[in-house]
Amino acid sequence: MNDKKWIVLGLVIFLGLFTFPLWYNLLVRPGTAAPAPEVVLTDKAKAARQCVMPTEFMKTDHMQLLDEWRLKMVREGTGTFVNPEGKMFAASLSNTCLDCHSNKAEFCDRCHDYVSVAPYCWDCHLDNPKGER
Amino acid sequence: MESSRRRFMKMAGIAAVGLSAQPVIKAVAAAPTNGTHSLQKGPKALIGSQWAMVIDTRRFKTERDVAPLIEACHKTHNVPHFSDRRHEIKWLWETHFHNAFPDIVNPHMSEEAEHRPYLVLCNHCENPPCVRACPTKATFKRQSDGIVVMDMHRCIGCRFCMAACPYGARSFNFRDPRQGLVEKEMNPQYPTRMKGVVEKCNFCSERLSEGLMPACVEASKGAIVFGDLRDPNSEVRRVLRENFTIRRKSGLGTEPCVYYIV
Repeated sequence: MNDKKWIVLGLVIFLGLFTFPLWYNLLVRPGTAAPAPEVVLTDKAKAARQCVMPTEFMKTDHMQLLDEWRLKMVREGTGTFVNPEGKMFAASLSNTCLDCHSNKAEFCDRCHDYVSVAPYCWDCHLDNPKGER
Repeated sequence: MESSRRRFMKMAGIAAVGLSAQPVIKAVAAAPTNGTHSLQKGPKALIGSQWAMVIDTRRFKTERDVAPLIEACHKTHNVPHFSDRRHEIKWLWETHFHNAFPDIVNPHMSEEAEHRPYLVLCNHCENPPCVRACPTKATFKRQSDGIVVMDMHRCIGCRFCMAACPYGARSFNFRDPRQGLVEKEMNPQYPTRMKGVVEKCNFCSERLSEGLMPACVEASKGAIVFGDLRDPNSEVRRVLRENFTIRRKSGLGTEPCVYYIV
């Protein structure tokens, strides 16, 4: 056990380096984190007031909802979404979501870029349902 | 390990603490409850348990008669056009009698019938060999309406289905399909595909769910009849009763659902 001091020293250095991102952000550069993005609502989306589900739900669960839509639409042919208020919508990314949120760059991409996710929806689905370019 | 009263009491205490954590876990990491939303068939959706098609080939004399149907199909579904035949994508196309019906080999057949263009497409077989070949269930026979559907989200591009299909109804996207489409002519309501997936006719399942007939049926001016094969009073069943029809390679036992009046 003669190397105790070296082992402890090594552990301290390791922990210091390992937690470097945490204390660097907290102590050296506080308040410089990228600000959370603001999404832009189109006039049509503002006028509609509520999305297919409440805003809070959409913020946290839109990916699960879209996943369910694609599963049910493709595999079971049930392509009409009925929300808790009983309103009906076509379960379609291009034709329902992007009909209101026609500003993909300011609505979808901003948050997705911020949290560094790259959904592959747009490899196939067209992002301009009305054909405007 | 030595067991003792003291040790038993210790373990029981730890277990009690563990159990008491359950409500905390529930409160902090509750599984999202879905409320009361649901997905269902639309009010206008056409309902059938096995869709089928009857093509009256007597109404198609030349290639000019079939071209508008092919165009309607390919425009609706953003099917790309590549002039290199190795990259060709086909949902609905025309072929010669002997390619469409290679098992009908009678000599001295009617010249007129022999030289008509024959429209061919996915047969939406009742016993589809492509579905058995697919390792990811990307292609499957939909129980609700009998359509052999492609789930593009699952296709891994292995092309086993293409090898399995006896009708050559499937095409592989060797190139990015958007390169073969004119942007202004794309149908924005329907997705394109991506490079590396297999595609084929989907019997216009997206149009059926909106209460519309398939695009080719609509463009055929009555030469193609579409309906539910299981409903004895449907239009297809009436046409099948009144006309002699043939199917492609019916000897293989795939039970194709596209019938031809010759």
